Amino acid sequence: MSLQATTSQTVGPYFKIGLDWLHRDNLAGEGVSGERVTIQGRVFDGDGVPVPDAILEIWQANAHGKYAHPEDTQDKPLEPRFTGYGRVPVAADGVFRFATIKPGPVPGPEGSEQAPHLLVSVFMRGVLRRLVTRIYFPDEPRNATDFVLNLVEPERRSTLIAKKTAGSPGTLEWNVVLQGPDETVFFDLGL
Amino acid sequence: MKRVAGYRAPYPGTQPNHLHSPYVSSIKRAPTKPQVRIPYTLSEVTGPSFGPEVVAPKASDLTSGHSGEPLGERIIVSGRVLDENSRPLANTLVEIWQANAAGRYRHAVDQHQAPLDPNFTGSGQAVTDGEGRYRFVTIRPGEYPWRNHYNAWRPAHIHFSLFGPAFATRLVTQMYFPGDPLIPFDPIFNCTADEKARNRLISAFDWETTLPEHALGYKFDIILRGREATPMEE
Repeated sequence: MSLQATTSQTVGPYFKIGLDWLHRDNLAGEGVSGERVTIQGRVFDGDGVPVPDAILEIWQANAHGKYAHPEDTQDKPLEPRFTGYGRVPVAADGVFRFATIKPGPVPGPEGSEQAPHLLVSVFMRGVLRRLVTRIYFPDEPRNATDFVLNLVEPERRSTLIAKKTAGSPGTLEWNVVLQGPDETVFFDLGL
Repeated sequence: MKRVAGYRAPYPGTQPNHLHSPYVSSIKRAPTKPQVRIPYTLSEVTGPSFGPEVVAPKASDLTSGHSGEPLGERIIVSGRVLDENSRPLANTLVEIWQANAAGRYRHAVDQHQAPLDPNFTGSGQAVTDGEGRYRFVTIRPGEYPWRNHYNAWRPAHIHFSLFGPAFATRLVTQMYFPGDPLIPFDPIFNCTADEKARNRLISAFDWETTLPEHALGYKFDIILRGREATPMEE
């Protein structure tokens, strides 16, 4: 007899009370190897208005392409000071921003290698179950052969790839667009 | 090359759609384009882990940590975290947040004309034990009005956030109280089509965890997604 997963509910408007204590907007402190990046952006609703009350969670591999998780059995080094987890609220000015390192490539389906990417969960009032998406990196040749990116219609792939910002090397822009022609690609993982 | 074993898809109707128009906030925030189905990879079957060391010793007692006792009816909320294969999930982080007994959240956005309680913050954390059990001491939250529609009131509820073993198992939900007359009218509760799945969000009064002369017990078990059978070597 199997059980059924508990149904998801919105985080509502007051999640800060419960989720604040675990904010992590700097995933890579001192002593963590890898190319430093800051990723910033906004979340836009169906009217194009920035959402002030969303929260993002990040999951990523380290610079060697290794996840800090027992199921990653690859023969690659762990970074003791890098967990790969981030929890990033949108600030009062409507912007989210976090600092991390660009992850290395990890294995993909059918023996392929995935392009470096971050996994993102998006929660907010009005969202009944979390939205799941990914952030890929610009100027990354592996994007062309990434299994997941290639499942997305070509004209929508750009919603998953962070953009370089003029005059600010090391800072990338990536937005979450909830509706409309530039709607971000969200993935179906069941939840 | 081994294929990665994924997590089971939900039974039809047991999880909400993104758009549930009676819940007005979903109208401008629900994605409109179909989601892209992807195979499970190492990225989704791994995920962050938090052991007991991340949680402060009294973090599961929301009535503690202030100079006095919070107002309201003291309750004990406990249960087990299992996966769909009935396997207890040990060492998993459970976070909760809630309104105070008067139905007011300690949050700048909450302007409900009800008093804040200096002895209640409304935030708690616990890590499940070896059998997947968690336990919180808190007060019963109050119902409160919201502006979704005319004379809209949220039933009393506690927000729950859980991680489980993988990115794929992350869950945020809400727990309700048995016999609350507001439940059938709540568009958030009703966003899930399947009635049995909805009703599993309602905790059960529980004599076993009720403490004489002290607090009523409510039981709320949480089921995270279960793993598909491990695939064969290709």
